Amino acid sequence: MALEYDLLNENVKKCQYAVRGELYLRASELQKEGKKIIFTNVGNPHALGQKPLTFPRQVVALCQAPFLLDDPNVGMLFPADAIARAKHYLSLTSGGLGAYSDSRGLPGVRKEVAEFIQRHMFVVTVCFPHSDPELIFLTDGASKGVMQILNCVIRGEGDGILVPVPQYPLYSATISLLGGSLVPYYLDESENWGLDVNNLRQSVAQARSQGISVRAMVIINPGNPTGQCLSEANLKEILKFCYNEKLVLLGDEVYQQNIYQDERPFISSKKVLMDMGSPFSKGVQLVSFHTVSKGYWGECGQRGGYFEMTNIPPRVVEEIYKVASIALSPNVSAQIFMGLMVSPPKPGDISYDQFARESKGILESLRRRAKIMTDGFNSCKNVVCNFTEGAMYSFPQIRLPPGALQAAKQAGKVPDVFYCLKLLEATGISTVPGSGFGQKEGVFHLRTTILPAEEEMPEIMDSFKKFNDEFMAQYDNGFGYSRM
Amino acid sequence: MRRFVIGQAKNLIDQTRRPRPHHNNIRLLSLLASDPIPVSSSRLFSDMPGSDSSSSLPVTIDSINPNVLKCEYAVRGEIVNIAQKLQDDLKINKDAYPFDEIIYCNIGNPQSLSQQPITFFREVLALCSHTALLDRDETHALFSADSIARAWKILDQIPGKATGAYSHSQGIKGLRDAIAAGIEARDGFPADPNDIFMTDGASPGVHMMMQLLISSEKDGILCPIPQYPLYSASIALHGGSLVPYYLDEASGWGLEISELKKQLEDAKSKGITVRALAVINPGNPTGQVLSEENQRDIVDFCKKEGLVLLADEVYQENVYVPDKKFHSFKKVARSMGYGEKDISLVSFQSISKGYYGECGKRGGYMEVTGFTSDVREQIYKVASVNLCSNISGQILASLVMSPPKPGDESYESYIAEKEGILSSMARRAKTLEEALNKLEGITCNRAEGAMYLFPCINLPQKAIAAAEAAKTAPDTFYCKRLLNATGIVLVPGSGFRQVPGTWHFRCTILPQEDKIPAIVNRLTEFHKSFMDEFRD
Repeated sequence: MALEYDLLNENVKKCQYAVRGELYLRASELQKEGKKIIFTNVGNPHALGQKPLTFPRQVVALCQAPFLLDDPNVGMLFPADAIARAKHYLSLTSGGLGAYSDSRGLPGVRKEVAEFIQRHMFVVTVCFPHSDPELIFLTDGASKGVMQILNCVIRGEGDGILVPVPQYPLYSATISLLGGSLVPYYLDESENWGLDVNNLRQSVAQARSQGISVRAMVIINPGNPTGQCLSEANLKEILKFCYNEKLVLLGDEVYQQNIYQDERPFISSKKVLMDMGSPFSKGVQLVSFHTVSKGYWGECGQRGGYFEMTNIPPRVVEEIYKVASIALSPNVSAQIFMGLMVSPPKPGDISYDQFARESKGILESLRRRAKIMTDGFNSCKNVVCNFTEGAMYSFPQIRLPPGALQAAKQAGKVPDVFYCLKLLEATGISTVPGSGFGQKEGVFHLRTTILPAEEEMPEIMDSFKKFNDEFMAQYDNGFGYSRM
Repeated sequence: MRRFVIGQAKNLIDQTRRPRPHHNNIRLLSLLASDPIPVSSSRLFSDMPGSDSSSSLPVTIDSINPNVLKCEYAVRGEIVNIAQKLQDDLKINKDAYPFDEIIYCNIGNPQSLSQQPITFFREVLALCSHTALLDRDETHALFSADSIARAWKILDQIPGKATGAYSHSQGIKGLRDAIAAGIEARDGFPADPNDIFMTDGASPGVHMMMQLLISSEKDGILCPIPQYPLYSASIALHGGSLVPYYLDEASGWGLEISELKKQLEDAKSKGITVRALAVINPGNPTGQVLSEENQRDIVDFCKKEGLVLLADEVYQENVYVPDKKFHSFKKVARSMGYGEKDISLVSFQSISKGYYGECGKRGGYMEVTGFTSDVREQIYKVASVNLCSNISGQILASLVMSPPKPGDESYESYIAEKEGILSSMARRAKTLEEALNKLEGITCNRAEGAMYLFPCINLPQKAIAAAEAAKTAPDTFYCKRLLNATGIVLVPGSGFRQVPGTWHFRCTILPQEDKIPAIVNRLTEFHKSFMDEFRD
């Protein structure tokens, strides 16, 4: 055998990605055996019944088969604005969906993304900050963009990346694969997963004392799995911190459309940075990420994303372009989805009413489901759950009694994995154990999505409560609990 | 009706090609005004003042991953950048140039040069993009019945018919079943859908294998010279060592086992552990199609030396000569009686090439056989970090591997489109090969397959000296001159590596057939004047 397990790249062996790890694999096995499984392990809205928005699908269908545009009957199947938009996007390509585009993505779409970013920033300052399409790269999903940037930043294990705990394990997995060091900073569960700059300072100091050069800081805003939305003040603090400590900030903003409270609407890191003016606006390096997979679009399967670079030197941008060119180009259909997302139908457009109705319906339902889940978890014995301010997940803390910890140990499983496996087997609910995201020592969580259909939510929460309360009764022997 | 609309669609796409101006190109245009332009390597921005002077910033050219700096990819490198600036400038300064358009012969991107997609495939994709169409009566007037049936079949294989959902990390099971069936029909040996990993094009699959195989620069990968620079770039990015084996130009780019052995020993003596052998068949840029006997020798070599065989077979549908035929390495290995326990083989396929040319869709797969389950788990794990490849590309890959069959409503038009494209490619390959062979100092092996010609150019000493003075590789010097004189974009042979002291360039066979005579004329004229200038 030419390739022995022992000879594999160690970095590959070390990396973990729990979102499609042990629990998911077990759930898939059970599904094959005929058990009904509710997959809440990944933010995959369409898999749980959310319908795609009609307008983008119409436009892309026309782009897939341009011969339709010349058929006299096309108006019977497609509204005029979808037809016009398809022609517009085809005109931006150099041969339709089947030709490699510019390795950074179609210039016309990148221009639309830049305009979208500028509309969000809507800043008027002496510096006239704007968004440059040349500094926006489209990618096959935001994940690819994250990997490209980290690949650029990490030179070896001496390079550390500040990552929130809990975090979306793309970061830990990628840092592992690239042979870098993950420098954790803990979010504060008792402050609704708030970010305390003192925690940051502590983490950086500790890393440096171990000889690690801390190069970058990741924020996920809104958070995953935690859902918290950062305030403007918080973002300012973070940006100042990055300025002082010379860290490039990686702003994962893929959930920016998923906001379920009104106190902290989404503000992009770039907007806050530009508003801060000199010296920060020119002195902090920032890469911001977005996607078509989340929001109310949920088009995960398209693999569409972008990143925008701020204050990255031109020669570095060139190197990133060079690496992007090896993969030739991101897929063109997803680029069109991205264009549509950043420049959706406007009031007055034929498809506007339907688009607005569909979008609003999804967002309002998500908001309701966020509350149903939080309340549902909080009604369960030994379960405490922060409110999901944004994103797509609920991350309840499970206070496991000593009896359960014991049983887990005997079964050779990490406690939250043990709990989640039991939950899966009893109810068919497939979650991801908190250990997959990182958590404080001795504190356990699970991540579930808020995506199951609204009408199924009450039953799912009942099912969970029944399982949980029985589990707690079974393992509760009255002595101390795992808790913060 | 459909022929009419295909023609109309063609016009639409022709009209719509309007390149966009780039920012920051004013300085570059002034640099380009003088001729020739000595642009060192790919650092177009290196002359900009203060561009990297902020040493207080954490990420600068001096502090990024050195593997990134090391890797090169000439297919979209320096010459293409120059071409794009020229193209932009052509819009405003039409009369400043001896040509009126840039012709990109640098990249295997057929649909950007007006090749049409296969109608049946796009019908299915459109229906899967907007499934509401399947509920409408009017749809039957616009789509063929079998495309509608196929769309239903595919959607039934997708949980909830949700084409916007992340799929299984290896790709949708039903589609993998279709691909496995297609592989079996092609080879006559069974294929397991669980061996298939669908990727966004074949390239990510290659990267995944390099990541798995390479732990340090002591790990070597045997690569053909000349090679498609994805391999050299990927090895550099992953910190490994490229171990070259030279294809023999004199024997039609033949692959000699003695050369493999020699290079393997050489690597070992340098302390490099060779882990895999990459073979591109049909070859890129060289176009040769390996003989079955050659393939058997290669399989035996890998088995004996304990190497993983990485078989890049993305051009399997592009064979233009009657005396050669594509045989997959899997078929060859199995027909030698070698099974899972005998040889570790990864076979790559893509939807970007062939007669379908769907580059922009990013679809492909690798078939992974002969690995233990613990290794396969690691491959799965790496694939899962990116969740899955794009669904539209997955659907297209399954269509490519299970196209319309005789008796299907769309079969006639499908076959006509396919054969039209392939026969045109064969004609263009021949025409360009003959034209190149007529040029002074140029010899060109025939393109048995793939999409390229890779002629050898015997550059006069004077030209080589001029190139050195311009601090450019001689073949790059030639290609830049060619670009400035004719608007034709090629890739210098140095981008693919070559026997030291020899010079080549790669030219695709993809420009539209009716443009080929003009290209040949311009090329011939340029070459004559170049040789007049530099003849020893």
